[in-house]
Amino acid sequence: MSRDLHPAVAGAQPFQRAEREAVEGPLFETAEGRDRLQKILSRYPVKKAALLPLLNLVQEKKGWISADDMVEVAAALDLTPAHVRSVATFYTMYNKHPVGRHLVQVCTCISCHLNRGDAVLERFLEEIGVREGETSEDGKFTVIEAECLGACGFATVVQVNDEYYENVMPETVAEIVEELRGR
Amino acid sequence: MGYPHSHDSETTTLLSRYVGDPEAKSLDGWLERGGYRTLRDSLEMSPDDITTIVKESGLRGRGGAGFPTGLKWTFMPKDSGDPHYLCCNADESEPGAFKDREIMRWTPHLLIEGCMISARAIGAEHVYIYVRGEFFPVSRVLNDAVVEAYEAGFIGEDIQGSGWSCDLTVHLGAGAYIAGEETGLMNSIQGNRAEPWMKPPFPAQSGVFGMPTTVNNVETLANVPMIVENGSDWYRQWGTERSPGTKLWCCSGHLKRPGNYELELGMPLKDIIYDVCGGIPDDRALRAVIPGGSSTAFLTVDELDCSTTYEGLAEAGSSLGTASPIVMDESTCILRAMRRIAQFYAHESCGQCVQCREGTSWVTKILRRIEEGEGRMQDLDTLYELCEQLTGRTICVLADSVVFPLRSSLDKFRDEYEAHINTNSCTAS
Repeated sequence: MSRDLHPAVAGAQPFQRAEREAVEGPLFETAEGRDRLQKILSRYPVKKAALLPLLNLVQEKKGWISADDMVEVAAALDLTPAHVRSVATFYTMYNKHPVGRHLVQVCTCISCHLNRGDAVLERFLEEIGVREGETSEDGKFTVIEAECLGACGFATVVQVNDEYYENVMPETVAEIVEELRGR
Repeated sequence: MGYPHSHDSETTTLLSRYVGDPEAKSLDGWLERGGYRTLRDSLEMSPDDITTIVKESGLRGRGGAGFPTGLKWTFMPKDSGDPHYLCCNADESEPGAFKDREIMRWTPHLLIEGCMISARAIGAEHVYIYVRGEFFPVSRVLNDAVVEAYEAGFIGEDIQGSGWSCDLTVHLGAGAYIAGEETGLMNSIQGNRAEPWMKPPFPAQSGVFGMPTTVNNVETLANVPMIVENGSDWYRQWGTERSPGTKLWCCSGHLKRPGNYELELGMPLKDIIYDVCGGIPDDRALRAVIPGGSSTAFLTVDELDCSTTYEGLAEAGSSLGTASPIVMDESTCILRAMRRIAQFYAHESCGQCVQCREGTSWVTKILRRIEEGEGRMQDLDTLYELCEQLTGRTICVLADSVVFPLRSSLDKFRDEYEAHINTNSCTAS
């Protein structure tokens, strides 16, 4: 399926998903990995520009980016592992540790703050039984406080993996958690 | 129109005509609605003619700075022999702003058409649409549209048999507000941390990959097809001499009908809040408005008669910014709201410049200390001093961005700060 991807969008696939794939061996030595790498490289005049798209790809498949993954990405692009690490750690969406099946990001920035975003976050933490930044023991959830998610008219906004939940209220959190538990 | 609340009597529907219309997303739906007609027509025009129309229309950049779009295009060199690039800034992250998201998720082909016409005007051979990473539901829609447009020959080799070729790639960010600053954005595309660089050189001289580049916002580019189709005089029938056209207003906070509304530039701010958005829930009283997104100055209830143009909001002591009023009712603790805004900038500072890296975090800590009842009167002097030190001393304007709301909140809501410091109480009702 993914091998039919048009090169224009090969580096722009959703990279925070509930489903993770068990990739055996280096990602870019698999048939799909090679295909995606070549398509991504074809879009930029310099190899280095493929860095974010490749980090996206690693996270899309594995759910997070390990130090070994960073070394592999560096080798694929003739970059130093140090550069890859400096970039991977700059961008907050790259998970440097494994996260739960559902990564719940609750916006508490100004417009959500004005619409009870802090209470929504509290409710998620209580309902799931974790502290902010933690993963639940069953590995189902990680809950984090997010900065502005860019949907301020629909406050409070909660991102779960690659989906947005809008107009979330403290009273509707339990229902969302219940629905996610079943997935 | 408006979305998710339509409001036909107050709104002017040019750009947002098909927002909320699920049929408009597909290529077939877009063609049925007259899509890509202007791109086809523009292939018969010279790039200079396209630029001239956009320049004469007076269209100003919709990403926050309001720089005249056509003028920006004229900075691109001609016949340099180097590849030129167009970067579409779809990294919408200014707290309060959520308009580019609506354009992209409802009318992706409008953006693509705008990108291609603009690319032709500036001689670009490749367009990069830099979409903030979090916007997965949006980028999925955009990706589908890009593939359709390639297959139909609106992007790629020999576009519509014109002999002109131009590629377009969707590039996702990964969670960095500063990637929305144009040089940070280009650094990010190049595979670096999204750290802004000093200007000059300006993007038109040396932009992404060291080549002449124009960076335009989504809403700016989405305006281009209708302007090129109908001409600059047509566009200027809306708005004012210095702020022509319509604007998507992203209204959030304490409002009965929050959302996006396309409005002719110049409506009084008060009317946007009370007429278009229906006022405050439960008819509570208004306390403050930040009119242009979180990096613009607070306005009080007495300052809402101002006209919502670039010049009108500047005269009122604030700015139009991303046209994103954040409305706060009487129950809002201004100190706490300001602390939450400062916290955002402290989190998003890229860390290159000491003033910004340290200053934004000091502001946040001081505000939090006052909020927790540990404030001292001298904190106010320190905050004013920080306003000085954070203004005009850094590579980009992220540091300045926190000063506009901070200084205005100190000036206009000093009683709030003093109540917290002196009696650990709040003036909010």
